[in-house]
Amino acid sequence: MCSGRVDMSFVLRAFLNGIDGVFIGACRLNECNYVTQGNYHALNMVLLSKRVLEHMGLNPERLKIEFMSAADANIFAEGVNAFVKKVKSLGPLGEGEGINRHELKSRLVEISKLVPYFKMANQEKLASHLKTPEEYDGLFTKEEIDRLFTEMVSYYIDPEKCQACMTCLRRCPVEAIVGGKNRIHVIDQDKCIKCGTCFEACPPRFGAVKKISGEPVPAPIPEEKRTIVRKSKEAS
Amino acid sequence: MTLIKKPRYILEEKCTGCTTCVEYCPAKYPDEYNQEISKNKAVHIYFAQAIPLIAYIDESCLYLKENKCRICEGVCKNNAIDLKQTPKKREITVGAILLAPGFEPFDPKTKEEYHYGEFANVVTSMDYERLLCSTGPYSGEILRGSDMKHPHKVAWIQCVGSRRVTPGENSYCSAVCCTYTQKQVILTKDHHAEAECTVFHNDIRSYGKDFERYYERTEQLPGVRFIRSYASIVREDPNTKNVTVRYSTFDEGVKEEAFDMVVLSVGLNPPVDAKDVAEKFGIQLDPNNFCKLNPVNPMESNRPGIYVSGAFQGPIDIPESVFSASGAGSQIGQLLDYRRGNLAEERVYPSERDVSKEEPRIGVFVCHCGANIGRIVNVPETVEYCKTLPSVVYAQEQLFSCATNSAREITDVTKEKGLNRVVIAACSPRTLEPLFRDTVREAGINQYFCEMANIREHDSWVHSKEKEEATEKAKDIIRMSVARACHLEPLQEFDLPVNKAALVVGGGVAGMNCALSIANQGHEVHLVEKAKELGGMVRRVYSTLEGLDVQAYLHDLIAKVYGHPLIHVYHDATITEATGYVGNFVTVVKSETGVAEIKHGASVITIGADLYTPTEYLYGQDERVMTHLDLEGRIAERDEKIVNAKSLVMIHCVGCRNEDRNYCSRICCSQSVKNALRLKEINPQMDITILFRDMRTYGFKEDFYREASNKDVKFIRYEPQEPPQVEAGESDEGRPVLKVTAPDYVMGKKLVIDADILALAAAVIPSAATNEVAALFKVTLSPDGFFKEAHVKLRPVEFGTEGVYLCGLAHYPKFMQETINQAYGAAGRVLTLLSHDTVVASGSVAQVNESRCIGCGACVSACTYGALDLRDTKQGKKAMVNPVLCKGDGLCNSKCPTGAIQLKHYTDQELLSEIDAMATEEEILPEMDAAVGDV
Repeated sequence: MCSGRVDMSFVLRAFLNGIDGVFIGACRLNECNYVTQGNYHALNMVLLSKRVLEHMGLNPERLKIEFMSAADANIFAEGVNAFVKKVKSLGPLGEGEGINRHELKSRLVEISKLVPYFKMANQEKLASHLKTPEEYDGLFTKEEIDRLFTEMVSYYIDPEKCQACMTCLRRCPVEAIVGGKNRIHVIDQDKCIKCGTCFEACPPRFGAVKKISGEPVPAPIPEEKRTIVRKSKEAS
Repeated sequence: MTLIKKPRYILEEKCTGCTTCVEYCPAKYPDEYNQEISKNKAVHIYFAQAIPLIAYIDESCLYLKENKCRICEGVCKNNAIDLKQTPKKREITVGAILLAPGFEPFDPKTKEEYHYGEFANVVTSMDYERLLCSTGPYSGEILRGSDMKHPHKVAWIQCVGSRRVTPGENSYCSAVCCTYTQKQVILTKDHHAEAECTVFHNDIRSYGKDFERYYERTEQLPGVRFIRSYASIVREDPNTKNVTVRYSTFDEGVKEEAFDMVVLSVGLNPPVDAKDVAEKFGIQLDPNNFCKLNPVNPMESNRPGIYVSGAFQGPIDIPESVFSASGAGSQIGQLLDYRRGNLAEERVYPSERDVSKEEPRIGVFVCHCGANIGRIVNVPETVEYCKTLPSVVYAQEQLFSCATNSAREITDVTKEKGLNRVVIAACSPRTLEPLFRDTVREAGINQYFCEMANIREHDSWVHSKEKEEATEKAKDIIRMSVARACHLEPLQEFDLPVNKAALVVGGGVAGMNCALSIANQGHEVHLVEKAKELGGMVRRVYSTLEGLDVQAYLHDLIAKVYGHPLIHVYHDATITEATGYVGNFVTVVKSETGVAEIKHGASVITIGADLYTPTEYLYGQDERVMTHLDLEGRIAERDEKIVNAKSLVMIHCVGCRNEDRNYCSRICCSQSVKNALRLKEINPQMDITILFRDMRTYGFKEDFYREASNKDVKFIRYEPQEPPQVEAGESDEGRPVLKVTAPDYVMGKKLVIDADILALAAAVIPSAATNEVAALFKVTLSPDGFFKEAHVKLRPVEFGTEGVYLCGLAHYPKFMQETINQAYGAAGRVLTLLSHDTVVASGSVAQVNESRCIGCGACVSACTYGALDLRDTKQGKKAMVNPVLCKGDGLCNSKCPTGAIQLKHYTDQELLSEIDAMATEEEILPEMDAAVGDV
């Protein structure tokens, strides 16, 4: 397994489990024994995750990546010792930052749900090869991350327009759309990963899926009002 | 052959490399591996990566010397110590012998002027190498011998023992020191960013692939100086023990400067026992005491059946040693092909039990590793803990899980208790996972149901002073492994058939030698050449610097290729299509005989290189200006305009070592020395001037440079910012000449030379077909546009794309002899593939769940192996994996926003289950409560 396999969701899961610090040891940059150079991907993921931690009020120094070869035992030992010392000085997760336990957990749960969105919005940057440590800070700026949150979109199916055609429902990769034949479709916002597949899939003549940004998503229509009564059926 | 095996005093089959004996051994003596800077024990493992990774006892042992001690016997839990061993004589019959005795670093103690061994802070580059290394004498700290302080000002003196005609030193260039010094400078700056590094050098010989860029990177580091000067060590300060170096520059004259440490960049001597080796094996040595080589087959000694590889060929670096090792292997393969596979045995495993309907039944085996784990981690307590874990139905301890009897026990218990997952809590999976997978397979369950928990390297070895915590950590690690084991899935490795034929693209010296070596081992070879005739660039070369008749050699080589029944040559050919994968390629070739679809198991790219067409120095405008290759042809024809010229000038580095082509073409310096020497032979009166930047006549070619200089060929250095100027003009006698103006730094003035002929050392550039071929075979290029090998040292003749190989100038400019080494090297690697009937593809590859895939393509762009594609389906674009090309790095998995693509054996679920098991609720909750309490 390459360090590039370390998923952003793994890091967040560790914090969600109450771990106070996460350390990632990767091979030295530019010394990949393959052609993969996945350690750059790991680095980019860490840089993004740090900004996200910062955004949610956690100290980004709780996450660290260091590069070393299998023969660099001293670098590993020194790196880990320094990191443990650092994390100890920061105190338990949340405490150091003054966030209470329930708040911390709910923030981490919410942020974890956004991992797919972060990956999609930063696809190119997450695959970049930074040349010098000076570039690290600039890969993801604070403003950029803030914008990710302020410009975040949600998808909503207009019950007036939905023809319950099942197209979006079938295409949704995470089964976040509930409904059925003749049952108006509704997006379960808790499951939705904001990929926009439904928006693309909805036949243009219906145009039922709406992109919403900067305002709250309307409440789903009540279960009992979701059945569509077709005119043809009325006639019969 | 008669071999004498020295006693190791350790039973190899019993020693597990646990190093307990090393810990208890009381006999300390200077550690040879660490250049005797630090100490080691009489019983020890030679170095951390030794193979086999087991101990041996040397002469400093108290028992061997004085018949006392024997502590090691007492502490070894596996009874592996045998102090009664004696040398053993063995006679073996072999079909071929490969000599690879390496080299000996030059010993500066033999020359007083270096003050090595006398001044505490004068070290050799070998000493320094160990100082830099984390497994070195001071665990990677650079410390001065005199006061154990970090040196701040470090100087390197180049060419110690090399390029010198003084007695006791070598006249040749050691070929590797310039670049290893640069590496040491970079590492020094890594250790200590403020360090001031000074390199006193003659020519900088950055002739290897990517070396020029490396040199530039080193030179541009802050606090690094490269000073072109002879340097001598004059004195040691009696108080500070700093070392004063005397040197001179053109601007400032003679200067003295003190350094905290001086590193002697020592050269490469032949092995100390070279003469002895030569005598025993009945082979000849060259005048420098390296092996005497066949000029057209540098891996061959003068005695049939005895081959040579590595630095015994002469001073060469690691990639070239690897070429020659693989190449010599291929030649031995040619000799012994008829016996291939005779010693191989096929394993038969029991059929696999289907456990898909069963709940996980996990067995945990906790290894003591002798005292290695057991002394620190409370193993019995850990075993009891394991029994409390969910899904664990069985747990036991073992003294050495890897010992044959223990492995059998694992197999038996697995069968007996009906286990369907096995967790082995022992050492790193890097060494023993294959063994344990095999063990599990023997028990009739899928090998991917084996999981290792590393409680040695990750635990007992690093927490030897915290026994209780180490025991708790062992439990944590095992708990995580058990959690993961629950989710493991049975995976199938699949055998892909291997087509036994090879395709060689390019019919130059590289392609022909490679094709012949493959064909000589019984494989069909399709050799594709774009021109009407075989030979490539070498058709225009007439002799080597060493005097080989190249055309005669080429003639002979071509005849061998045409005469070989297994080689099919396609002339005038172009490749229109290349598909398939390792073992099963299909390539469409259009040639004079029509269109052919070739099925083959391996591909070798040997498309050579092109020559730069200069735009500088009136080339193409004045017929007296020509390239080196043109000059060589005209010398061979005895063209009167050339051989009767009064004055001839050569300009080096035309079209390379510049911004456009930031590399050295490697062969031009020697080529111009060769032409100069030929011309001097024909017309000793001719004035020959060579305008160079650095003379890069590395290795034994240095002697020819010296010979040319002795024959009055003038060598004048120029700097890139002040290149020579050329214009047509008249000499003082009214002869029409080319006026060549260049600065002369030694004399400190402008020099104007009247030249009748101007020869340009034009760069060797990547073949025009490179991009096209790279796209067809899905292989990558280096920054300079040559083909990029999978790894410079570990896999230097193959591509990252499996089943595709490279050699010759397509890889980088090189001499014919080096090309031949590499061509056989590539053939050797091709044979390791083609000699098998099948290739095994790993079970741990990516897999797509199409219903979750949104076709965003993040995975496709993350994959460097081309294993992923987007395919149109009714449900839109979907990613598709070609499992044969997948290498299991999992980058796609961590890029996928929906979790549609999963790396088998390392799925999100498997890894998250480990993270979830890492911290238990009981541990975390109180901490979180405490946090809340404080707010």
